[in-house]
Amino acid sequence: MSTNKPLLKVDNAGIRFGGLKAVSEVNLELLKGELVGLIGPNGAGKTTFFNLLTGVYVPTEGSILLDGEKLNGMAPHKITKKGISRTFQNIRLFNDLSVLDNVKIAYHTQAKHSIVSSILRLPSHFAGEREMEEKAIDFLKIFNLDDVLYEQAKNLPYGQQRRLEIARALAAGPKLLLLDEPAAGMNPQETEELMNLIALIREKFDLTILLIEHDMNLVMGVCERIYVLDHGQLIAQGTPVEIRNNPKVIEAYLGEEVS
Amino acid sequence: MKSMKHVKGFWLSIVLAIIFSVVIQFLITGGTLNSFYVNTLFSIGINIILAVSLHLIIGITGQFSIGHAGFLAVGAYASAIITMKLALPFPLALLVGGIAAAFAGLVIGIPTLRLRGDYLAIATLGFGEIMKIVFLNIDYVGGASGMTVSHLTTWPWLMACVLITIVVIINFTNSTHGRACLSIRENEIAADAMGINTTYYKVMAFVIGAFFAGVAGALHAHNFYIIQPANFGFLKSFDILILVVLGGLGSMSGSVIAAILLTIISTFLSNYPEVRMLIYSLVLIVMMLFRPQGLMGTKEFTDLLKIGKGAKGGSQDVNKQTIA
Repeated sequence: MSTNKPLLKVDNAGIRFGGLKAVSEVNLELLKGELVGLIGPNGAGKTTFFNLLTGVYVPTEGSILLDGEKLNGMAPHKITKKGISRTFQNIRLFNDLSVLDNVKIAYHTQAKHSIVSSILRLPSHFAGEREMEEKAIDFLKIFNLDDVLYEQAKNLPYGQQRRLEIARALAAGPKLLLLDEPAAGMNPQETEELMNLIALIREKFDLTILLIEHDMNLVMGVCERIYVLDHGQLIAQGTPVEIRNNPKVIEAYLGEEVS
Repeated sequence: MKSMKHVKGFWLSIVLAIIFSVVIQFLITGGTLNSFYVNTLFSIGINIILAVSLHLIIGITGQFSIGHAGFLAVGAYASAIITMKLALPFPLALLVGGIAAAFAGLVIGIPTLRLRGDYLAIATLGFGEIMKIVFLNIDYVGGASGMTVSHLTTWPWLMACVLITIVVIINFTNSTHGRACLSIRENEIAADAMGINTTYYKVMAFVIGAFFAGVAGALHAHNFYIIQPANFGFLKSFDILILVVLGGLGSMSGSVIAAILLTIISTFLSNYPEVRMLIYSLVLIVMMLFRPQGLMGTKEFTDLLKIGKGAKGGSQDVNKQTIA
């Protein structure tokens, strides 16, 4: 593994909002094919860190490299094209559109037909649209969503909405998938299904995954390595066992031991 | 298979529209329709173009623009200069009107489309007023007294423009590019995260919408004999906005139907100038109370037909191709 070049290398990255250091001095490396967890108490800066990776915020310090290419200051849609795709803590589907359209939109960046060919309905438009539709339907089959293709996204039950969001993020063709609390609000059975799904997609799509999660069972169960963030800084990293026994982590979660 | 059916329906509607235009043309040349009805038909046509072009910006892309009369003015004046000052043919004026407005859309769109919601509305409102004042102060185009323009808008030209507008906007919407615009309306942050260049598509929708508003401006200028800056104030922008909202945000058939209905209502009410605005406002209030989602909601005409035939459950088919 040591010869493996890191897919994502975060070097001393941080962001401050005015005087507030939301995230600072984060060093993190993801190797290709890894499944890594990012945990931390509420307000630790986990989602802010995701926003730095995806270009929603521009880091005020440090650098973020994907495959050796610097992502700092790149617009979010360009970062997606470079190969980072994400889901959101509070689901952000295209609510009024169908399940199928939600996924088709993620394929947009791969579309070859131009606006002019669509307006003039040239053969390339029909070919492009057909290819997109077939790809999207095949894709949704993997996620068991092919029986609700024409349902509006907002009408799906919660668990399916989460699944659709993951499907949509994957359709964008990422090398690195960021999942922001995918199990939030799920019951144990749904969480179990989600864990299986994550394992499945990882195998199938040759992915590297970074996962924010509160559900310790899920994190400890599926992640190979875990980073712990508290007050915007990394306080620990290691295997699930190491993290479970790390006094700093216990302190961050449960408070300082009274002496 | 599905796309074949769509193609058939598409050609059928085109043929029907052409038959309709030819019939009307015969009625006009035969003198069966008096000039009052002919004028109403012309107003309806122009309003359809305006409503459909604004529908692309507000209903599809979700950018709340209320300066559409500004593009109308640019198109009207640019085309009037072509025919009246430079004595060039009318078809060229139509094209130049559209291109001038599209250019205005590009120039105003790039800085303002970074704004969201209320801020964008105020910025576009400002743009509309600025255009009005610009034309008010250019003596070349007649200043406040305006420009006289010869009547060159004919029924075939009008129908051709209406059809082209509708076809272009339907085709744009029912493609991956239209879906990119819809995704911006639905959730801009998620659209960005899916790799959609949101600024590009917002500006694109704005430019296409402005182009057709400019064409409508050219038709308008060559229909009403005179254009004055006062005709292109924010009240005109609101008139167009009302068509889109009343028809149902996101429904193109709704915009068309609203354009037809409201033009007819306001034309007939012009016989009673003292109560005209009163009744017009009442219609709008009642409408918004009883059907806040607009005449068509987000549905299209074709969706209604499908439900009528009892095909596979309505709610599934609503989204079949898109919302346009």
